[in-house]
Amino acid sequence: MDLPLIWFLVIGFMFVMYFVLDGFDFGVGMSLPILGRSETDRRRIINAIGPVWDLNETWLIVAGASLFAAFPEWYATMFSGFFLALLVLLLGLIARAVSFEFRHQRDSARWRAGWDACIVAGSVIPALLWGIAFANVAQGVPMEPHQGGALVTGSLLTLLNPYGLLGGLTMLALCLAHGAIFLSLKTDGDLKARAHRLADRALLTTTGLAVVFLLWTVIQNPAPLVIVLAALAAITCLAAWMLNRVERDGWAFASTAATVVLAVSTLFGSLLTRAGGPFVMPASDPEGGFVGLTVANASSSAYTLEVMSWAALVCLPLVLAYQAWTYWVFRRRVTAAAVEVLH
Amino acid sequence: MPIVPLAQELDPLVLSQWQFGLTTIYHFLFVPITLGMVWLTAGFQTAWLRTGNVDHLRLTHFFGKLFLINFAIGVATGIVQEFQFGMNWSDYSRFVGDVFGAPLAFEGLIAFFFEATFIGLWIFGWNRLSPKLHLLTIYMVALGTMASAYFILAANAFMQNPVGFAINEARERAELTDIGAVLTNPVLLASFPHTMFASVMVAGAVVVGVAAWHLKRAQHTTMMYTALRVGLWSVIGGGMLTFITGDMVSIAMVAAQPMKMAAAEAMYDTSSGYDASFSLFSLGTPDGEHEIFSVRVPYLLALLSTHDPLGTVEGINDLEAEYTALWGPDDYTPIIWVTYWSFRWMMGLGFLAFAIAIVGLWLTRKRRIEQPRWVWNVAIWSLPLPLLGMTVGWIFTEMGRQPWLVFSQMRTEDGVSPGVSGGEVLTSLLAFTTIYAILGVIEFRLMQRAAQRGPAEAPELDESGRPAQPVTVY
Repeated sequence: MDLPLIWFLVIGFMFVMYFVLDGFDFGVGMSLPILGRSETDRRRIINAIGPVWDLNETWLIVAGASLFAAFPEWYATMFSGFFLALLVLLLGLIARAVSFEFRHQRDSARWRAGWDACIVAGSVIPALLWGIAFANVAQGVPMEPHQGGALVTGSLLTLLNPYGLLGGLTMLALCLAHGAIFLSLKTDGDLKARAHRLADRALLTTTGLAVVFLLWTVIQNPAPLVIVLAALAAITCLAAWMLNRVERDGWAFASTAATVVLAVSTLFGSLLTRAGGPFVMPASDPEGGFVGLTVANASSSAYTLEVMSWAALVCLPLVLAYQAWTYWVFRRRVTAAAVEVLH
Repeated sequence: MPIVPLAQELDPLVLSQWQFGLTTIYHFLFVPITLGMVWLTAGFQTAWLRTGNVDHLRLTHFFGKLFLINFAIGVATGIVQEFQFGMNWSDYSRFVGDVFGAPLAFEGLIAFFFEATFIGLWIFGWNRLSPKLHLLTIYMVALGTMASAYFILAANAFMQNPVGFAINEARERAELTDIGAVLTNPVLLASFPHTMFASVMVAGAVVVGVAAWHLKRAQHTTMMYTALRVGLWSVIGGGMLTFITGDMVSIAMVAAQPMKMAAAEAMYDTSSGYDASFSLFSLGTPDGEHEIFSVRVPYLLALLSTHDPLGTVEGINDLEAEYTALWGPDDYTPIIWVTYWSFRWMMGLGFLAFAIAIVGLWLTRKRRIEQPRWVWNVAIWSLPLPLLGMTVGWIFTEMGRQPWLVFSQMRTEDGVSPGVSGGEVLTSLLAFTTIYAILGVIEFRLMQRAAQRGPAEAPELDESGRPAQPVTVY
């Protein structure tokens, strides 16, 4: 068995889970100033993700640690190469994480408004920056060889190229749409109606951005797998828009979730099928024998991957089971009455 | 090594060291409170279910709230810890990722998912789950935090005492050969219980301090007396076990890193028996050259290091010669004043908190809650002692490892990210310092407010024993 390739797919799966789950948390956070007209509404919005945002974010921590263990070269090169972008991302995640717990500790409008701003910033920044980062990884980053691995040579501005920025905006719009539909599932009444309308506009924008971004991705690497994934991503996005219009909320949410899965998979598929690969981080300026980091040259030893495989095989099914159960426990809609019992 | 970061012009190495030190110390102010407090909270909730005494439920909510405010910052600052290995120490990550990454991945897969999922169920599940199932969730959180401590200490133990690996010359890196050895590292087997029991002490002191604040004002006396006694016993029980496991740590340390013990005592010449003394206090420069005055206990260092009062303890000079022969000329000695004093402060603060708790247990025996104000003031001001002791203990552990990043395998200066500039690290150092300082002030005020407000009324329970309404709504 080709363990490095399997681990490339496992890490792809973890990031996909992260973007599907924390993706709607980001969207819910972004919609706070748009949909949250009253304090009750804002609290309903926040409580819709209250019990689950932490376990959703944990997928990032696990994906990061698995990246470290299974592809040390990829982890080292990407994290040091995207230093300033990741710094800003971390500050955003910190701001969001403390806000949920701190916001309700004081009964003051100014206090809450401050934490609301942190939640919005902590939702917009990570969604945008992850989109930019993964678009750049898929496209290729300027690199030079370093100790048998690679070193990113560009700066923060190198990441902000048109394709990268488009990737960031697509992710941002997609998360907003995904979150708005999640809210239409988790709320009722007027708030639900407004969530529908927001999702409608967000999905139109997303479809526009995604089609251009996915086409661009296909042009960069027109492999059959990439074409299929990109086409399916565009179709599910359009389907989500239509399902949202006819208020089939469950199906609409499944469709945006599928769009996130397929769009992120398109980028991973592009790495997988790129000539000279499969890659984890291709160089945009290959020189001589140096093409960047591949699944083969960036991975850990066979023994480490074997140990990791056993751990993942035992843990991941359990994790999925108890997380599914958590969603089941908190399946009820967050009504106005539900948040008004306290405070 | 320069101590002031700006003394060298924006050296990414020194700045990265400061950043790692500051962010880790900060993160670890919240971790031991979490590790210990979750067990005490679980204990109160268990007591409520077993006795039906509603006071215990109120204490569960009260200390649970403090636990959660603290937990939020722990989670928020924890992500930085994982990211900065790659961001600031990329050559280190390249070199050890094959070995060091595995315990981190286990920590995520086994511990973090567990913690993050069950904490959500505990906070929001009061009225959704049956009382017994709900109680189970806090124990799940406790197990998750404990597993997390175990795996991260396994990673740290590898840096102190690398085992279970081989160097792959072609790929210029350390590769895992025996995961069992990494997960049963002798340093880990000592430092894990040491950390856990010290955390019980830390949380016990927090409970004692908060209870004393209310008892001083003669409010919530019945409940707070219970809390006080639980806290005092935690400090005493946790303390005794901390001392015993601390002894295990020092034996494991002497075996793996004799230089650290020599540096802890600032002992330059190899000594044995009577001469291998432990100085309780020393005036002047503790570099061995100009000692003006010191209080020494003969035999004690030999006893601490070897469990034999007549044993031999290697001195810094002999170790330097030995290491130079092994790895070439270099300075293999940590910063002596840091190791010397942090070692003493760690033990001193621990023993002081322990002694205060013993006296407190005696003074408050048989419900004697009418005490002079100074008694309560001592209890309140003792709140941070174990936490400070633990912090300087980690400063000792990590500074005593220098100049190594992974003992005997990689020097700290070789681990820093080559592609990251001093300006970038200065930016991140300033950003983290600023944000952490602001959060620290807010956190402290929120904790203080929640603690001083006292326990809320118990929620109404329905016939199944669940609160009729949610206990927490954001």
